[in-house]
Amino acid sequence: MNDLRNLVSTLVDKHGRDEESLLPILQGIENSESYVSQEAMVEIAKELNISAAQVYGTATFYSFLSIQPLGKYVIRVCKTITCSMHGKNQVISELENMLKIKLGETTSDKRFSLLETNCLGQCHKGPAMLINDEPYTDLTPEKVREIIRDIQQKEFAVN
Amino acid sequence: MKVNLTIDNIAVSVDEGSTILEAAKQVSIHIPTLCYHEDLCVAGNCRVCVVEQTGTNRLLPSCAMPVSEGMDIHTNSLKVRAARKQVVELLISEHNAECTRCYKNGKCELQELSSEYILGDNGFIDLIPFKKYTIDNFSPSIIKDDSKCIRCQRCVRTCTELQSISALTVAHKGKEMKISSFYDKPMYEVVCTNCGQCVNRCPTGALTEKIYIDQVWEAICAEDKHVVVQTAPAVRVALGEALGMEPGEIITGKLVSALRRLGFSAVLDTDFTADLTIIEEGNELLQRLTKVLKDGDTSVKLPMTTSCSPGWVKFIEHTFPEYLDNVSTAKSPQQMFGALAKTFYAEKLKIEPENIVSVSIMPCTAKKFEADRPEMQSSGYKDVDFVLTTRELALMIKQAGIDFLSLPDDEYDSIMGQSTGAGVIFGATGGVMEAALRTAYEVVTGREVPFKNLEVTPVRGMEEVKEATIKLENVLPKWDFLEGVELKTCVTHGLTNAKKVMEAVKSGEANYHFIEVMACPGGCLGGGGQPIPTNLQIRQKRTEAIYQEDRLKAIRKSHENPEVQKIYEEFLKEPLGAMSHELLHTHYTVRNRQ
Repeated sequence: MNDLRNLVSTLVDKHGRDEESLLPILQGIENSESYVSQEAMVEIAKELNISAAQVYGTATFYSFLSIQPLGKYVIRVCKTITCSMHGKNQVISELENMLKIKLGETTSDKRFSLLETNCLGQCHKGPAMLINDEPYTDLTPEKVREIIRDIQQKEFAVN
Repeated sequence: MKVNLTIDNIAVSVDEGSTILEAAKQVSIHIPTLCYHEDLCVAGNCRVCVVEQTGTNRLLPSCAMPVSEGMDIHTNSLKVRAARKQVVELLISEHNAECTRCYKNGKCELQELSSEYILGDNGFIDLIPFKKYTIDNFSPSIIKDDSKCIRCQRCVRTCTELQSISALTVAHKGKEMKISSFYDKPMYEVVCTNCGQCVNRCPTGALTEKIYIDQVWEAICAEDKHVVVQTAPAVRVALGEALGMEPGEIITGKLVSALRRLGFSAVLDTDFTADLTIIEEGNELLQRLTKVLKDGDTSVKLPMTTSCSPGWVKFIEHTFPEYLDNVSTAKSPQQMFGALAKTFYAEKLKIEPENIVSVSIMPCTAKKFEADRPEMQSSGYKDVDFVLTTRELALMIKQAGIDFLSLPDDEYDSIMGQSTGAGVIFGATGGVMEAALRTAYEVVTGREVPFKNLEVTPVRGMEEVKEATIKLENVLPKWDFLEGVELKTCVTHGLTNAKKVMEAVKSGEANYHFIEVMACPGGCLGGGGQPIPTNLQIRQKRTEAIYQEDRLKAIRKSHENPEVQKIYEEFLKEPLGAMSHELLHTHYTVRNRQ
């Protein structure tokens, strides 16, 4: 709790106490903690003298801010119409099968989270997804299997 | 500068910067609205107010669009009608339209619009079964039913702009977007003060007060129960609106008649305990002044703030917990009444307190929460059993088949039914301060408060923050330490303004002795339990009515109320005495900021 308080207060000192500092502060929390917790929101609300609900509203609006802990690899599949028409649903079911989780969930080993996101700007190469900051395009179920297998192997090699 | 335009071929000239909606109002053309509310900033999200401008393809939202020279506006073209109907259809497709089971049935703005536009059978697919909506009915005051929400955000703007609380916010986006509290927690667990201003402005049944009508009928019909009812000052200048009368009519006599016809055993008055509040709170102020100015006691806090408004009390518990010692310990008139009904009144009438059911009629939704506070059981029972809003009472009167307009005027019962003008003005912003000054000034100087007709005009009116400084001169010997002291008072209403005042107090910028805060705009007469709609004009009319009622009262100072004098003689003995301490004073709780 104290660590969190220090983190928030460092971020607030850096970005300021105005309401427009809320977003950079939330991004700062997301970067260090991988998600914005309830405690973090209350702390930010106190520092900026706004309501906790307002912080929650902003945090839930943005796809790239998470309000729950995510895995080491966050997979975000583009949910917009072009990717849908190019087979997004098959991509998602392949991911669900491989990772044994449903959309919106995180694997029990905390390695992978599977989410949808708004347009990634890769409509000409859909379906598209992001794994952390890395984009993958022209996806097929087969290609998805390879990508995930590569990551899994890398992970097992490390451990 | 004036701008000239035509609306439905009628020429109109309005100030630059006016919206099309405002211009249309000027020539009595009604444009339907949903997200728009006079008290709030423009949102322009519902699109039901669209109009057509000749020469432009796209429809314009009239609530948000400023007028320009030479505009030719049509508010009822085929295109406009088609668009509006589509908007209503879309809203209905996501709205739980079980209107016959809704408390707002017949009073819902969306229902009214859908009846105007004759929706028929060919609507969009009903999305309600596909959504996992929840009903939050854990709060004793407010029910939030997401299935009826059209996301117009009037509530969010109310909570932010008028009250600076932002207990409600817009969370998520797109089709998941919803009006939510922090983490979608029950309203009971968050910073919500239960003021009900959102309830007063919700166009549908998404936000309503919790209803206790059936419980009250049951009590009235139980043979072994003695059901006492108290009526708050602001109810008598607003109830008529919900029963077909114009705003600003005083209906005190009819109110008493109606309550008697409903079957209450005794019709008594919160104004009586308002007078009592003045005696207790006024003496508390003088005691605090004595301790601080004479004895140099630093443990006693100034400024003292009022404690009548339960919305304000919960707000300060959440937001300025370090100032809880500054809040007067005097209970609100509702709770003083409750505590006395099951002690003093029960003794007097020789009724067992457990057979008394105590009901209050309030302009307020927060009063329901206040009555539910665990500390509000000083009689040994729940002091106030059920709190009804002005709206709930109006519904009961309709249910009972009473023709309200033709009722004769009636008088309150005794005991605990007599009141003064000072008690009546509690219903308006500045009223508690004025009533307190009428009494405290006289206690200290032996003379009447130095204003014509006892009307302390500087504390009246709709100004956000009102200040009045009263110099105490030629004081009575007992109060010699107050000679020459300038008593600095401040009056504010609406929690946004209250927050500003408290921040000024905190920074040391403001140096008051006594602050009156009412959580709702205009004071209790603009309360969250009052008839819908509300706007500045309506609140002003109710205010005029309150002061009119004060002028008509034979006695206008709380300390001259004969029943109040009697209750001290027979029961309480002295202000701030042991009995008062036990029954009429309370304490406060530090709350979180979620």
